[in-house]
This record gives sequence, structure tokens and C-alpha cells, in this order.
Amino acid sequence: MPEYDVVVVGAGPAGSMTAKWAAKGGAKVLMIEKRQEIGSPVRCGEGISRSWLDSVGIKLDAKSVAWQVKGAKIVSPNGTKFTLSEKMAGNEVGLVLDRVFFDKLLARDAVKAGADLQLKVSAVGLLRSGNKVTGVKVRSFGETKDIKCGCVVGADGYESQVGRWADINTSLAPRDITSCFQYRLTNIDIDYDYCEFILGAKAPGGYIWIFPKNQDTANVGLGIQLTKLKDPAEVKKYLDKYIQGDPRLKKGKALEMVSGAVSICAPIDKTVADGVLLVGDSARQIDPITGGGIANSCKAAKIAGEVLAKAVKERNFSEKSLQRYEKGWRDILENGLYRNWMAKEKLVTLSDDTLNKVINTLNEVGVEKMSAFAILKAIEKRHPDLVKDFQEFL
Amino acid sequence: MAKDDLDEFDVDITKCMHCGACVGSCPVNAIYLNEVVLEFNDNCNMCKRCIKVCPVGAIKIAGGR
Repeated sequence: MPEYDVVVVGAGPAGSMTAKWAAKGGAKVLMIEKRQEIGSPVRCGEGISRSWLDSVGIKLDAKSVAWQVKGAKIVSPNGTKFTLSEKMAGNEVGLVLDRVFFDKLLARDAVKAGADLQLKVSAVGLLRSGNKVTGVKVRSFGETKDIKCGCVVGADGYESQVGRWADINTSLAPRDITSCFQYRLTNIDIDYDYCEFILGAKAPGGYIWIFPKNQDTANVGLGIQLTKLKDPAEVKKYLDKYIQGDPRLKKGKALEMVSGAVSICAPIDKTVADGVLLVGDSARQIDPITGGGIANSCKAAKIAGEVLAKAVKERNFSEKSLQRYEKGWRDILENGLYRNWMAKEKLVTLSDDTLNKVINTLNEVGVEKMSAFAILKAIEKRHPDLVKDFQEFL
Repeated sequence: MAKDDLDEFDVDITKCMHCGACVGSCPVNAIYLNEVVLEFNDNCNMCKRCIKVCPVGAIKIAGGR
């Protein structure tokens, strides 16, 4: 008899939410985390919208929210700002998290729901009998052991191993990878009521973000498409150069450095196998335009947890049984991911000159809602030539 | 590739931020960050994507190739 019904590898938002909803449904769940602390080191810009939190049952506590903003500003290469106010953007913009606390909050929710949790435990392989996955091999404090279970959940982030071990193709093309670097800068002079997105050749194929953490501190980072990089360590150099050229940031000092990569791909073909399920970054569920993954991960994870609870009751962790998760997350996320991936493929080709015209146009016509579609529609009204490459979206 | 060639990969541990950018970008699963330290295995086909994706330039090939 296996020790656990479900072992979740990785205690980020995707892992904790899967563990919580599976445990809530009666599954015997173990969540393992290779690091010594949940939520740290942070690998995130920490800006989220608040619209989706209720739907997945997250109640934020005071410490998890570092800052609340009134809206977002999109900045053109020549420095023109287009402001999306809270009213225009609805619930779409709003919060800058403190992931060190947020991730622990979600892990606590999982534990409260009945999940077991162990830190500094690394998954190093899957256990199999024939084609069937029967558990996970782990290493912790120098010891290797086998943990038997019905289903292994890969919530192991960008660098996911679980999917690869299960022969699920999660590999990425270079154009679908963004390399990122971020400082938490203090002693800066920013408009702390807004999150800022700076477009153009200062961050080729990506953008620079400034997400306020308080009056004089912000996460300042950038992502660059891998195909646009030439030399090693260029990502950090691009960011250092930008900061030196922005008078608001020039005097800033870093309290923290973050590096990482983000997938900006189209939805992958498959996220389940016999006894294996992938969720979050490991399932490549990140929004290809913004690089944001928390909302999508949590939405998919709730479905994953609910499907796993059913699978436990039926004692059936076959690929067919887990297809309910595959279908469930695709029903709510797949179209949007695909559409945004197509849009991303076009956006990365726009020149600074075109981006300047786009932002000017947005200021002329205004936008009702913060979505790629609403923005393209608004531009089409005034300057159809600027969006002619995007006809298939309109 | 021969196992010996792998020795030419050099991770500067004073630069590495253990972020996993190289791990997730590797097309042949030749890099592991299982226990928070980078390890290479002999799946490596020298595509050098890890060198390019590393935000801080911590991976290089010894001898500067």
C-alpha cells in the first residue's frame, strides 16, 4: 500500500494549490520542496491582478501583499506613457506581492487542508513498475529513499524534471524563452501608485518592469527573448544600462537580486501521463505576453487538485483518468495562451518607431480594458496600418 | 559527446544564482539543479544554449571556446 496518494514536487503556488485542493477532497498528499525555505529565493516580479483570487479560494493576509497600486503605465521607447487606471483596467492590475510570505501562506493553506510538507527534499527520479509510475525517488540530507504514491505532481517550475522523466515534452524553442534579471531597488524616486511596463529595444523581445514595493522601493527587472541575446551575461548588462539612464532609478541601491528564465510558448500538447501530472510553470502555463504565471498556475492547480481527489476515490491515476485535468485547464486557459503566444510572436517584431506610434495612438483613442485584444481594437480604429499584421486577432 | 568534453564546461559558482534558467532551457536535459547545485550529465550535445540563457554569465567553456 503506497504511503501517499499524491506526491507534489515543488512548494510554489502551483504545488501548494494542487496539494490544498487534493487534500481538501480527501487525498493523502505529501508536498516536497528542495529548498530550505518556501518562497525564497524569490524568482518573480511579484505584480499580479486581484480579479482571480476569490475564484481559487485565496484569502490574502496583510504580509503577503507588499503594495497596492492604482493602475499600470505602458511606456513607449521614446518615454511616452499610456496610463491604464484602475477604473479602465478593472480588476486586472493591482497588487505587488511579497512572495516570501505569499508562498508560505499558500503552503499553510495546503497543510491546513491536511497535506504533509517536507523541506530540503529533492526529487531525483520517478519510480516505475513497467510503464506505470509508482512513486518518486528523493534525496534529503545525503540520504536517498523511495516514496510510493498513486500520482506524482510536477510543480517543479521552469526547470521541471518531473515532466521530462515522464517523457512529457516540455522542451522550449529559443524564441519561447525569456531570460530575466531583476533588482529590488531602494532609494528611488518613482510614481509608486503605478506598475510600469517599458517597451522597446532596451529589452529586445521583452520589456522592463518597475513594480513598486513601497514609496521608495521597487522590483526593477527585465526579460529578453533568448533569440535576441548574443553575449553571456547580457541580460544583467541591459538592466544595468537602463537603470543608469533613468534619472528616477540612478541613485537606487539593490536590496536583492533575482535571475531566472520564463517560458513564453504556445500551450504544450500534453501535461498528464500515467500517474503523472504537471501544473504551473512546469506545464508551461505562463502568459506568453506578460510572462506572468501565478494566476494561471493557481487556476490550473485548483482543477488539478479536484481531479486528483476524484482519482483517489476511484483509485485510478491512469492517463485517461487524469485527462479530466488536461481538459479542465485547457477549457479555461488554452485559447488565451495560444492567442497571446501568437500576439507575442508579432509584438517582438515591432520596431521602436512603431511602438511609439502605438502608444501615441492609445493615448489618442483610449482603451476600455487591459487585454491584448482591447488594445489592438483601439489602435485599429485610428491607425489600421499599425495593426495590419495582427488581422487574425481582430 | 565524450564525457571528457563535459569537463570543459565551467560553472563559476561565485556568479551562479541557482535560478535554473539553464536547466529549463536545456534541450537534452543535460543539466540538473536537483540539490541546488548545478550538475551536467553526458546527454550534453554542446549546443551552448545554457551559456546564452544564463542571465549572469556563470557558465563558460574552459579555454574560452
